[in-house]
Amino acid sequence: MEITMEYYLVISTIMLFAGIYGFITRRNMLAVLISIELILNSVDINFVAFNRFLFPGQMEGFFFTLFAIGVSACETAVAIAIIINVYRNIRNIQVKNLDKLKD
Amino acid sequence: MEYTLLILLLPMLTFIGLGLFGMKLRPAVAGCIGTLSLAVTALLAYMTAGQYFLMPRVDGAYEKLLPYNFDWLHFTENLQISLGILLDPISVMMLVVISTVSLMVHIYSMGYMKGERGFQRYYAFLSLFTFSMLGLVVAPNIFQMYIFWELVGVSSYLLIGFYYTKPEAIAASKKAFIVTRFADLGFLLGILLLSFFTGTFDFEALTSGDTSVFSGAAGVTFMGASVMSWALALIFIGGAGKSAMFPLHIWLPDAMEGPTPVSALIHAATMVVAGVFLVARLFPLYIIAAPEVLVGIAYVGAFTSLYAAVVACMQTDIKRVLAFSTISQIGFMMVALGVSGMGGHEGTGYMASMFHLFTHAMFKALLFLCAGAIIHTIGSNEMSRMGGLRKYMPVTHITFLIACLAIAGIPPFSGFFSKDEILSATFSFSPVFGCFMSFVAGLTAFYMFRLYYGIFWGTPAKHEHTPHEAPKSMTIPLMILAIITVFAGFIPFGQFVSSDGQPYTIHLNLGVAIASVVIALIAIGIATYFYKSKCDIPERLLNMFPHFHRAAYHRFYIDEFYLFITKRIIFNCVSRPIAWFDRHVIDGTMNGIAYVTQRASVLIRGLQSGQVQQYAFVFLLGTLLIVLLVVLI
Repeated sequence: MEITMEYYLVISTIMLFAGIYGFITRRNMLAVLISIELILNSVDINFVAFNRFLFPGQMEGFFFTLFAIGVSACETAVAIAIIINVYRNIRNIQVKNLDKLKD
Repeated sequence: MEYTLLILLLPMLTFIGLGLFGMKLRPAVAGCIGTLSLAVTALLAYMTAGQYFLMPRVDGAYEKLLPYNFDWLHFTENLQISLGILLDPISVMMLVVISTVSLMVHIYSMGYMKGERGFQRYYAFLSLFTFSMLGLVVAPNIFQMYIFWELVGVSSYLLIGFYYTKPEAIAASKKAFIVTRFADLGFLLGILLLSFFTGTFDFEALTSGDTSVFSGAAGVTFMGASVMSWALALIFIGGAGKSAMFPLHIWLPDAMEGPTPVSALIHAATMVVAGVFLVARLFPLYIIAAPEVLVGIAYVGAFTSLYAAVVACMQTDIKRVLAFSTISQIGFMMVALGVSGMGGHEGTGYMASMFHLFTHAMFKALLFLCAGAIIHTIGSNEMSRMGGLRKYMPVTHITFLIACLAIAGIPPFSGFFSKDEILSATFSFSPVFGCFMSFVAGLTAFYMFRLYYGIFWGTPAKHEHTPHEAPKSMTIPLMILAIITVFAGFIPFGQFVSSDGQPYTIHLNLGVAIASVVIALIAIGIATYFYKSKCDIPERLLNMFPHFHRAAYHRFYIDEFYLFITKRIIFNCVSRPIAWFDRHVIDGTMNGIAYVTQRASVLIRGLQSGQVQQYAFVFLLGTLLIVLLVVLI
């Protein structure tokens, strides 16, 4: 069985919507963070798949994916730092408790 | 003549200095600063007068000098307002009058106001007044005059309300301000009309006698009168307000609530003649463009002088008597201007009016300062509290008598000469008018001597402490003014001031002079018989005409009439509906807008919950919607 581009796209779509669902429904900030990672990774898969099947002689998609992985690593580090600080301040990391900015 | 600028600057700087730093000074120091600066101002004014009148004449008339004239507001080529100093015979004459009386009042106030609260403030206001009045008379254009005109009104308001803890003083100051403000509305409209049709504010251009200036107004009429008549009549209304002409006189008697030296300076000698000065300033324009307005001015002046003289006969407050006498005398000046023609013998009235302004300023200031000295020692304005004061206050007595003789028109005192000129001018206008004014002159003599005998003769009233002569600082100005009053009549006034600028030799009209002196003597005789010692004739006369007496005592109910108009008619028919409209319609609209905004914001504030995931959900929905739209279209 030949694996075509559609397989990759189906996987990444499922990952994207799983991530969005998780982002909206999870109560814990860490889970929200993981959902964001899911979204990013689905996009990475798209990049790689498009590069592999549509523009085989070129490398832009691969490099862009590497960049995205690097940036998301940094972003995760910052997000975890924020979460730790939030935890120190209010002793929990439930998203629904973080509504101070509306005031 | 560049130093004339100092005449204006000195009082202004004194006002600023005393106004800002006066409270840090000791009262006596502040008084000395004010008086010294005024003394220098007066010296400069005398120098100006001397230099000006010694200058060679050009074509028989004194030149009009403009030592300063700079563009202040330059709007367009046609509309520009400048500030400057105009020296011509009447403005130089006014400089002398104002600075002299003001200096006397400054010196006098050192004694009179001693120990009063706000002594420094008082001197600051006096300086402000002097500055504005001097600025008014030297104004080279009608707009500058208007500015200083309002400044004079403000300083008058401040000084009437000087005793601001007294409700009567506050009421009087507001009354003065509001009444003159209504009149000034007429003045402003007149200025706008005049300048719109002539295209200039300059007195020089307006009064040059050149009819091309107001050719733009030719043929423009409104309600049957030419537009120039309207403009000049409106300007006269402004003058009538300041000069307390009937029916705008109601503020002046109440203005006596201010300190007495202020009454002498502002409400007798200088500010109230601003209206006369204004008409005199525009006199050539009145003659050429609107002679019928001038006749109207004569009638207003004549009626005012009779009205005020009758009321003065019935008043018991000595300052009120003097106030009505002032109104009456200003009426005389207005009459003289109204009946005057242009040039030579025709122009006697103009010269007489200015002459009377000059002499009246001196003797009326003297009368008020004497009244101040009396009030100072008695502590009351009522005539019934006085009587027999001649033994206690010899200097005041003699100077008051001199002033009374002057205002009654007894030769050789100054009032005789000026009043005689006015009477002969009115006689040459119309004999009926002349007889009328002579009768009023007789009334003047009567009420002045009623006042004189009431204060200095008759039975002495009981006093808590023996009355005493005023201190030196008060009696010296009295003596100086008395000397001027005695000798001012011999000034060859016609040589300096006349309608067309040509020298005019005053010659007494013997018939008129004798008649007026006889009338004055008869009036004085009656007053002597009635009031010198106890006599029941006045009582019986009053009982014969009780209604007339009560009406005259209440000033013929003019004030009540005004109150009726304002309180009943204007308040109920105009002010209340306007207030209702303001409360309910204007405020209601604004409140409604605020209410709707508030309710709406309460409704939608739930959207802003602070829940990040909710936001993300809405965001997602939005994205899906856009995608859906793109796909469908």
